[in-house]
Amino acid sequence: MAPLDKEEGTRIEVTDGALLPTRGDGRIIDSWRITIAFAILALLSLLFIAKDPYDQIFKVVIKGAPLTFGVTAGAILGSIILGLFTGLGQIARGRVLNLIAGVYVELIRGIPLLVQLIFIYFALGKFFHLDGFPAAVIALSICYGAYMGEIFRAGIQAIPQGQMEAALALGMTRGQAMRLIILPQTMKIIIPAIGNEFIAMLKDSSLVSVIALRDILRRGREHVSRTFLSLETYAVVALVYLVITLVLSKLVANMEDRMNQNER
Amino acid sequence: MSDKKTMVDIRGAEKDFGIVMALKGVDLTVTEGEVVLIIGPSGSGKSTLLRSINRLEALTGGQIFVDGDPLVGPDADIRKIREETGMVFQDFNLFPHKTALENISLAPMKVKGKSAEEAKSIAMKLLERVGLGDRGDSYPGQLSGGQKQRVAIARALAMEPKVMLFDEPTSALDPEMVKEVLDVMLDLAREGMTMMVVSHEMGFARAAADRVVFMDEGEIVEIAPPDVIFEHPKEERTKKFLKHIL
Repeated sequence: MAPLDKEEGTRIEVTDGALLPTRGDGRIIDSWRITIAFAILALLSLLFIAKDPYDQIFKVVIKGAPLTFGVTAGAILGSIILGLFTGLGQIARGRVLNLIAGVYVELIRGIPLLVQLIFIYFALGKFFHLDGFPAAVIALSICYGAYMGEIFRAGIQAIPQGQMEAALALGMTRGQAMRLIILPQTMKIIIPAIGNEFIAMLKDSSLVSVIALRDILRRGREHVSRTFLSLETYAVVALVYLVITLVLSKLVANMEDRMNQNER
Repeated sequence: MSDKKTMVDIRGAEKDFGIVMALKGVDLTVTEGEVVLIIGPSGSGKSTLLRSINRLEALTGGQIFVDGDPLVGPDADIRKIREETGMVFQDFNLFPHKTALENISLAPMKVKGKSAEEAKSIAMKLLERVGLGDRGDSYPGQLSGGQKQRVAIARALAMEPKVMLFDEPTSALDPEMVKEVLDVMLDLAREGMTMMVVSHEMGFARAAADRVVFMDEGEIVEIAPPDVIFEHPKEERTKKFLKHIL
C-alpha cells in the first residue's frame, strides 16, 4: 500500500555519477567541501603561484569546455527522449515492445561505452555524412538512452498503482492516463537521477575526444603533443573536470532539496 | 421496486487469482437509486466484486451489465462503462500534481471533451457541494484526509455517473473525519444516486442503505435490509461476523 503523506518523495538513484552530497547533515566539514576546497586550491596555486606552464595549459584546455557542455547537453536531451520510449517499451503490455526495448538495453549494457562510441561513430559515418558533433551527440544518446530507460521504468513503477486505476476509472485511455497522470509525476521524481546522469555523461563525454572532437581532454592531448608537458597538462585537465563535476553535483543536490521542500 | 430499472446486474461473476478464487459465482442486482452496502471479512471478495464492475479487475467468468451494457465480450465498451461509473477509493488516489479543481475538471475535459471553462464551472459547483468551495486551488497534499476524500467524490461526480462505487471510503481516515465524508455520501443517497458501498460503517448503513450484502469467501451469504441483517441475521456466518464488528 502506498504511504499517504510522504515526508519525502521517492528517490531513484544511479550510482554512476558523482556522489551527491548528503543532504541536511549540517556539518561544516563534509567530504564534498574537502574535495572542492582541495580542487580549487590546487587549481589556483597551479595557475597563480606556479604559473608557467599551467596558466598556458589552462587557457588551452578551457576552450574545450563549451564543446564538452554542448555534447553533454545535446546527449542528455537525446537520451531522455530515447529513455522515455525505452522505459515505456519495457513496461508496455505488448510483448513485442517489451522485447525490442529489452534487447536494446541488454545490447547497450553489454558493450563498453568507448567501444560503442567508436562503433556508432564509424557506423554512422559509413551511411550518413555527419559532423563530429552530431555524431557524438547521437552516439552518446544511444548509449545513455538505455540507462535513462531504466530510470524512466523505475520512475514510472514508483508511482502508486492507484493513480493509474483512478485515471482509468474516470474513463481515460491508458495513453491519456500515462501522459496526463503518470509521466508528470514520474518526471518530478526522476529529476535528481537525470541530474546524476548529466554529471556522469559530462565525464563520459571525454571519450568523444577519440573521435576528433575538440573537447577538454582533446585540447589537453593536443597540447601534450606540442609541448610534451604530459603530467602538467593532464593534472589541469583532471582538476577542471573535478571542479565542474563537484559544482554540478552540488547544484543537483540543492535542486533535490528544493523539490523535497516543495513536496506538497 | 419492480418498476424500477436495473442499474447493475451481476451474473455468476467469477474471479480466479490463481492461488485463490476471489469470487465464486456472485449474482447481484442493483436497481436505479438503490444504495447497497457490502460487508464481509477481509479477503471475502467484496472489494474485488466492486472493482470488477468497472473492470479494474477482469472477471474470469460470468457477466456484468451496467445500465444494460455488457462488461465482457465483443460488444463491451469498457470506456463507456467507466464513464458511467464513478469510483471512490480507500486511499483517495487524487492526482498529487494537480489542484483540487484540476483533479475534478480533468476528466470532463479530456474524456467528455468539455471546454475548460465549462469543466471549471462544473468543478466549482461540485467543490461547493462537498463543502470545499474555498479549497479549489489547494493541492491534495495541503488537504486533510477527509477533505481529500470529498474532493475524490466530487471528481467522480464530475463525470455525471449513473452508479457510484465506494471502496472502503472511510477506512483510511482519522475517526474525526469520517463523518464529513459520510455526510456527503448521505446527501448523495438522498438525491437518488445508485450507490454500491464496501464499508463497515453501520451508522451509514442504517441511515442510507436499502440493502446490506454480507459476503464471505467469495460468495454472497446473505442479503437483507440493514435493521433485519443487523438485528436478526439468518445465517450462522453472518452472526459470527457481526459479533466481531458490532
